[in-house]
Amino acid sequence: MEITICHLYPDFMNLYGDGGNVIALHRRALWHGLQPRVIPVSVGMPCDLAACDIIFMGGGQDREQKAIARDFQSRSGELAAALQDQVVVLAICGAYQLLGSYYRTAAGEQLPGLGLLDVWTEAGSPRLIGNVVVESELDGTRRTLVGFENHGGRTYLGPAAAPLGQVVVGHGNNGQDRYEGAVQGSIIGTYLHGALLPKNPWFTDYLLRRALARRGAEPTLGLLDDTLENLAHRAAIRRARG
Amino acid sequence: MTLFRFYVAIWLGKLLVLASRLTRRGGSTFPGRVARRICPDILTRLSGQARWGNIVVSGTNGKTTTSLLLANILSASGMKLVHNRTGANLVYGVTATFIQASSWMGRLDADVAVLECDEAALAGVARAVEPRAGVVTNFFRDQLDRYGELEYTVTVVCRGLEAVSRDGFVVLNADDPAVAGLASRLPTRPVFYGLDDPSCAGTGEGAVADARRCRACGGDFSYEVFYFAHLGLYFCPQCGERRPRPDIRVTRRDGLGPVGSYLEFDTPGGAFAARLPIPGLYNAYNALAAVACALTMGIPAHTVAHALESSVSSFGRMEQLAIGDRTVFLALIKNPAGCNEVLRTIMEGAGERHLLIAINDNTADGTDVSWLWDAGFELLAGAAHRLPLVLTAGIRAEDMAVRLKYAGLPSGSILVENDLKAAVRLGLERIPAGGILYVLPTYTAMLDLRRVLNDMGYGRRFWEV
Repeated sequence: MEITICHLYPDFMNLYGDGGNVIALHRRALWHGLQPRVIPVSVGMPCDLAACDIIFMGGGQDREQKAIARDFQSRSGELAAALQDQVVVLAICGAYQLLGSYYRTAAGEQLPGLGLLDVWTEAGSPRLIGNVVVESELDGTRRTLVGFENHGGRTYLGPAAAPLGQVVVGHGNNGQDRYEGAVQGSIIGTYLHGALLPKNPWFTDYLLRRALARRGAEPTLGLLDDTLENLAHRAAIRRARG
Repeated sequence: MTLFRFYVAIWLGKLLVLASRLTRRGGSTFPGRVARRICPDILTRLSGQARWGNIVVSGTNGKTTTSLLLANILSASGMKLVHNRTGANLVYGVTATFIQASSWMGRLDADVAVLECDEAALAGVARAVEPRAGVVTNFFRDQLDRYGELEYTVTVVCRGLEAVSRDGFVVLNADDPAVAGLASRLPTRPVFYGLDDPSCAGTGEGAVADARRCRACGGDFSYEVFYFAHLGLYFCPQCGERRPRPDIRVTRRDGLGPVGSYLEFDTPGGAFAARLPIPGLYNAYNALAAVACALTMGIPAHTVAHALESSVSSFGRMEQLAIGDRTVFLALIKNPAGCNEVLRTIMEGAGERHLLIAINDNTADGTDVSWLWDAGFELLAGAAHRLPLVLTAGIRAEDMAVRLKYAGLPSGSILVENDLKAAVRLGLERIPAGGILYVLPTYTAMLDLRRVLNDMGYGRRFWEV
């Protein structure tokens, strides 16, 4: 079964090893016997987002986020249509913020986001940096997600978005409400780098299963040997707990 | 009173340095910290005595090697030197270096100080020492968890270089747009260095896009020749911004494998050639930076060439240690661009490679190991048949193992051993007599490794390096 993974702005939005998430999706899809195809899409390149199964976008530095802003806005309608069609979207850090309704800078300027995710972000200080452990019941079972956060923005959830999980160690969305990330329909936004997916194989497989279910395929995946991934997952928890 | 404080700071500083040596805890910042607490302007008082003046060297990669090469050249020219050669590159380490070099009465008998400075520490050091020259190697993505974003690093380095005296000069890498761009923001005379050898062109694969965009207009740079990461002969098709013409350049670089490079220089004073006994294209850049600074200071070309030829690798930057009848080849890795060049260099040529990769995430390494995913470990997967042993070690050994698995190495071929001592023993046991163990550590893993090798009875203690 073919799985199409769209990597949005790999050349601009790839801060902190976010490309590792696409590597993980691609590899695990292969190991599960699927036929993954990765389509890198940058500024000015046409892409039928609704025809993709999974869309991934990472974080960028301020310069880079400015550089893609107009192109990303221009894909807003197409992205909304893809979401209507349950295409899975994973947005990390800067991408997570851009999908929200707005970003308010330290100077009070309000920069509009795509408004596809019911969250908003306000600039803050100091930066929230460090190892993170989150508890999530995204796939129906209580599980942990491990990663590394590094963001100045404080993100708050509106009523349409649910948190991805509860922060066990670290700061999370805003350092106050102990929530991390946001889930709304088939969008998942989060601040976690690491890269996130390789060290959280259950989460990667969850994304793949959702993509299969959307295609009407049997959303079951066989067991893989995740010895190394689980070792790294546990080591990250130990390291975060100090 | 202030003079009294100055003497107390010198004495106490010297005693503490001595004590840290006796307890074998090298690299401590404690003596410098105490001395500055007692006498806040101690660094200015000591560094102001250098007869020619002070040189600061900063940038993401290569500052240790560049400083060492520059120090070698200046020594060879007969100058008396102060140099923080153990890589203690924060303001306390620089202070301790000057205290060690001064007499017990606080007199410094030196012509010049070569000061490697951490990017974030540069402004503090530069304000105190009022440098006569500044050298910048490159800007890559490094330890973003500490500095925020690349733009921030460029800005703090720029602020540091503003302290370079107006009659001095700044030595800038013409081939790195982020470094070359500093020239227009600084009042001091720029001296550009660069590589003009199209045969050194690399592929763009696995490269990090940090600075491949025009700072003037935001457009994508095009490259007439592309070397690695974002280094090359770039130009902006939109606004016409382009790589400045280097004053001092390498017109030919022949890689001699693991033994080094043959370099031909073209300078305003004429051309000359030298064999650099340190491998890798990026070390050719480091040599170029040091040569550009030395020539601008008026050091004769034959002295420069001779000093380059007798240089050895700096502290763990690519160094060979004899361990009985086996060899440990040490190459520091700390960010994607540097790591890619190390991988390319160690895999050059044919034959098997036994590898130990040691990843720590302490503050000095950068506490975020995400960068492993930006480095092109896929290069190893392409040569998996040449890798009979791949060990991962250190605090984040598991992360490294996962990275290698997803790069395409068979997971069964990756051994995880957090404990560095056990990993080194295992590695040395598994290589044949006369063989080489290639060890790629992050900064603090390299310090640990030194301790392990010392305890096993090998290697130099690092304050003796």
